[in-house]
Amino acid sequence: MREHLENIKTLAKADIQATCSEAELESVRIKYLGKKGLLTGILRGMGQLSAEERPVIGALANTVREEVDNYIEERSRLLKKMELQDKLITEKLDVTLPANKKSLGRLHPITQIENRMKEIFLGMGFEIVEGPEVESSYNNFDALNAPADHPSRDYQDTFYITPSTLLRTQTSPVQIRAMQDREPPIRIISPGRVYRCDEMDATHSPMFHQVEGLVIDKNITMGDLKGTLAHFAKSLFGKSTQTRFRPHNFPFTEPSAEVDVSCFVCGGSGCRLCKGEGWIEILGAGMVHPNVLSGCGIDPEIYSGFAFGVGIERVVMRKYNIDNMRLLFENDLRFLQQF
Amino acid sequence: MKVSLNWLRDYVNIDKDIREYCEIMTHSGTKVEGYEILADEISNVVAGRIMSTEPHSDSDHLVICRVDVGKKDLLQIVTGASNVKTGDIVPVCLDGATLPGGKTIKTGKMRGVVSEGMLCSLGELELTVNDFPYAAEDGIFIIQEECSVGDDIKEVLKLTDTVVDFELTFNRPDCLSYLGIARESAASLCVPLNIKEPVVAPSNDGDNINKHLSVRVENPVLCPRYTARMIKNVKIAPSPLWLRAKLRAAGVRPINNIVDITNFVMIEYGQPMHAFDYNYITSKEIIIRNATEGERITTLDGTERTLTRDMLCIADGSKPVALAGVMGGLNSEILDSTATVVFESANFNRESIRHTSRALGLRTESSAKFEKGLPACNTLPAIDRAVELVLLLGAGEVVDGVIDVLSTDIGVRTIKFDYTRINELLGTSLNFEEMASLLVPLGLNTDKDGNLLVPPLRNDIITTADIAEEVARLYGYDKIPETNFIGEVTEGRLTPIQKFKTDINTVMTAFGFTEICTYSFISPKFYDKINLSAESALRDGITLINPLGDDTSVMRTTALPSLLDSLSHNYKRRIPSCKLFENATVYLKNGDMSAEEKSLVFAFYGDGDFYDAKGYTEGIFDFLNLKGFDVISTNENLSFHPGRQACIVKDNAILGTLGQIHPSVAENFDIDTPVYAAVLSVPLMFDAHDAEKEYRPFPLYPAIERDLALITEGAIEAGALCKAIRSFAGKSLIDAFVFDVYKGKGIEEGKKSIAVRLTFRLADKTMTDEEADSAVKKILRRLDVDMGIKLRS
Repeated sequence: MREHLENIKTLAKADIQATCSEAELESVRIKYLGKKGLLTGILRGMGQLSAEERPVIGALANTVREEVDNYIEERSRLLKKMELQDKLITEKLDVTLPANKKSLGRLHPITQIENRMKEIFLGMGFEIVEGPEVESSYNNFDALNAPADHPSRDYQDTFYITPSTLLRTQTSPVQIRAMQDREPPIRIISPGRVYRCDEMDATHSPMFHQVEGLVIDKNITMGDLKGTLAHFAKSLFGKSTQTRFRPHNFPFTEPSAEVDVSCFVCGGSGCRLCKGEGWIEILGAGMVHPNVLSGCGIDPEIYSGFAFGVGIERVVMRKYNIDNMRLLFENDLRFLQQF
Repeated sequence: MKVSLNWLRDYVNIDKDIREYCEIMTHSGTKVEGYEILADEISNVVAGRIMSTEPHSDSDHLVICRVDVGKKDLLQIVTGASNVKTGDIVPVCLDGATLPGGKTIKTGKMRGVVSEGMLCSLGELELTVNDFPYAAEDGIFIIQEECSVGDDIKEVLKLTDTVVDFELTFNRPDCLSYLGIARESAASLCVPLNIKEPVVAPSNDGDNINKHLSVRVENPVLCPRYTARMIKNVKIAPSPLWLRAKLRAAGVRPINNIVDITNFVMIEYGQPMHAFDYNYITSKEIIIRNATEGERITTLDGTERTLTRDMLCIADGSKPVALAGVMGGLNSEILDSTATVVFESANFNRESIRHTSRALGLRTESSAKFEKGLPACNTLPAIDRAVELVLLLGAGEVVDGVIDVLSTDIGVRTIKFDYTRINELLGTSLNFEEMASLLVPLGLNTDKDGNLLVPPLRNDIITTADIAEEVARLYGYDKIPETNFIGEVTEGRLTPIQKFKTDINTVMTAFGFTEICTYSFISPKFYDKINLSAESALRDGITLINPLGDDTSVMRTTALPSLLDSLSHNYKRRIPSCKLFENATVYLKNGDMSAEEKSLVFAFYGDGDFYDAKGYTEGIFDFLNLKGFDVISTNENLSFHPGRQACIVKDNAILGTLGQIHPSVAENFDIDTPVYAAVLSVPLMFDAHDAEKEYRPFPLYPAIERDLALITEGAIEAGALCKAIRSFAGKSLIDAFVFDVYKGKGIEEGKKSIAVRLTFRLADKTMTDEEADSAVKKILRRLDVDMGIKLRS
């Protein structure tokens, strides 16, 4: 009997190992463990054994049954694995076939750069302040210390609504409003649309965007202005970016400066982007003119401050190497989807 | 302003490389726009002497010349010009010479005869008869300058120069002159300035200007200073080469000695000058007065001008002889016959000059300078310089005496020099002496009390900040240290409305919409294109007085047309589908000013329908946490399809409109496919939204669903049906969702079947089928009794 059981076990093992599919394995299981299976038959015939033999053989038969069960389970796992492997092989794709295109919405590059600038200044504790685009000529010029006959006031330069209201030519009037409304310390930036009478061409647009900044506090120096803009330029264009201040004249500030950044393509050695200069002019800046401060009720003997302005389009064009400003306002999806 | 370095070197020694010079000037505040090396393209052209000429055997007009260019052998050059003869000195292009325009001259054959170069005309050297009045306009340039054969033509004709183009700022009218640039150059390069006071040797012949002329300034506000001198026995002639060459480099056409002198002085001193022919000044007096209304003068350009009372003119006893500071009159022009000249060197109010120049549409070198606001201190030295030059050129004899009518202060001003405050402003730590010494080369000295003495040329220096700028630019902006400002901490954050706008951008891009940027000003025709009714308040917007053109003449009151215009741009370029949005500012009229507010507009074609537009809108509201709105059918917006538009309403406020763009509007924008769009008010959405979000736990018990097919009148809207169902149901109904609408076979004409899925759930236990069925039964009974709506059988 013992031998017989061992024999069945050997046979079952061989049968199991010979199977190639789940179905074959199932029929082997039925052959040995089914209702009419070989092992089942032996277990059923236990009654005919002697009392001494019964527990011994019974135990052995159960062990064999367990082992056969294990063989089947093991084989089943293996077969499933092999089946999966076959399936994976047949499922191989040509990954070089084209993708199913997913269209994604994008923000306009002007918004993207504006957001970047906002982030930088928010990080330095600046607030974002906005103001109207239709402004009084007082806020746009007089309060900013522009002489009565400054050429920027001309009809050739500024769009007028009435002789005393206009489309702001800079976002500086927002700073005037802020200085009238707040007490120092003032740290604000004012992003927004501005307007000047320039026909649309590759480098001009009658409407464009600026981010201007203003800091008013005690002990604010021109060195602070340099430090702030150096940080801004490094954040915007990369750590190795250098800034360079050149004297200039703006009515709103004294001393005034034009600010260049080292070319972010060639790093200063001169290339097509910077026209061989190594530098790109992107900012106007200076120390807030005492007339402007006192006009807004801030004592220039106690407080000082700096202001700066940057044209967003110019930065966008330089950063992405766009040679025609018209592209920024044409809203061609093939253009907008590139950013 | 273009500045000839040859000329500038008369006053200051510039021994730097041109690039370095430009760099230094830019960094001390006199910005260089660029520079040009004159005659750069001319090479290998020398003075040569014609030794013999003979006709070309094979041509009627060619001449064979033998030319001495200082080499061992004579050159043989064939020319087509007929004006050369033996002994003439001419410009000769040697083999390999280059000329302006990139022309290269090589030895070649002309009709079989070897020609070893070329003889040049004025034009080939880019010169005109104004530069060399003795030369022939056509034909070879026969040179009369002192020179030897073989000399470089650029030296002989003084063609070599570098012209630097400076961009001058509004606050520095004193730099609109060679002397001003020289002063800045000397200060920037730290080299001495060499400006000589003009010296006029008196005639001492007993004659005096006061015997011949009187000057009366009737309007001293518009003419703070008027200075006049006289020249007699004038000999009008061309100016010498050195003067002509200087004018040429400065971009001024030489005319005759007297006119050239006035131009020279204007360039040198920045002081416009005028010269009158004394014989045409009747009553021998000069009156500076306002013109009478309608008074006429023919200016030097031959145009008759009608003047108004607010224009200043220079008149004699009977008529205007010049438009003050703008242009002289033809009636007193300097002619070849002029014997006595009156020089005018005056100072005029800049706004007056600007107004006159604008009103007459007449802009001259002189008016352009006066408009900048010139210092009054210059008139006397400038006029003396003119007379000095007259004597130097032998162009006439001086009449002793000067008439100088002055009604303004031209003295040195003393202002406070607060070097401590300047250090505080700049972030520097210079001591008094260091700071003061920086300013000396600019003519800014200090007195014994430590005050700053500001010369009358520098009217721009008034406040401490102005002095700080002078200090900073001469010290060097680059030497000011980069520091971080320190002070009270401020919080950098977005305001709630700024955050809301950022969220809008996030949700729109997440939905696949690309942001556009369109102009705030539009053509009024855009309102017609979107079918806006003639009475619409949106047509009453803000209009520009001076737009660039009709297309950008009004501030938009709606962003829809700009959006459709952008969509059209893409449609025309065959982009198959397009989804665009703009968080646009619109400008509503509010008295003289505008009420500016944000309007979220989006539109798409090619992919999606009305229900996508509605889905995007609801999705936006969901993301912005804006709840409790209704989407209501409407037909009032003429820009949209009358049967496919809806407005979104919350608490009686209309937040916006969405739908299919009216096909005729789409056609106006050249789009012949359905376009869907929405126009949403950002401020109203902001007011309606809930800034705080709160987590709601998932339901604990399962939901149970029942589908009903209901037969209704054809006109019943799904929204109304669901609303009714909700009102008829108890709390257990959590959703009523229409998943199908069917008309046609099996349904009575004029009716439709609406399939609704009802979802029930109880908060405290699992709902049983029986409970759900009973809830449905209740709803069905109310639908039947109240609305006559029955289950489809």
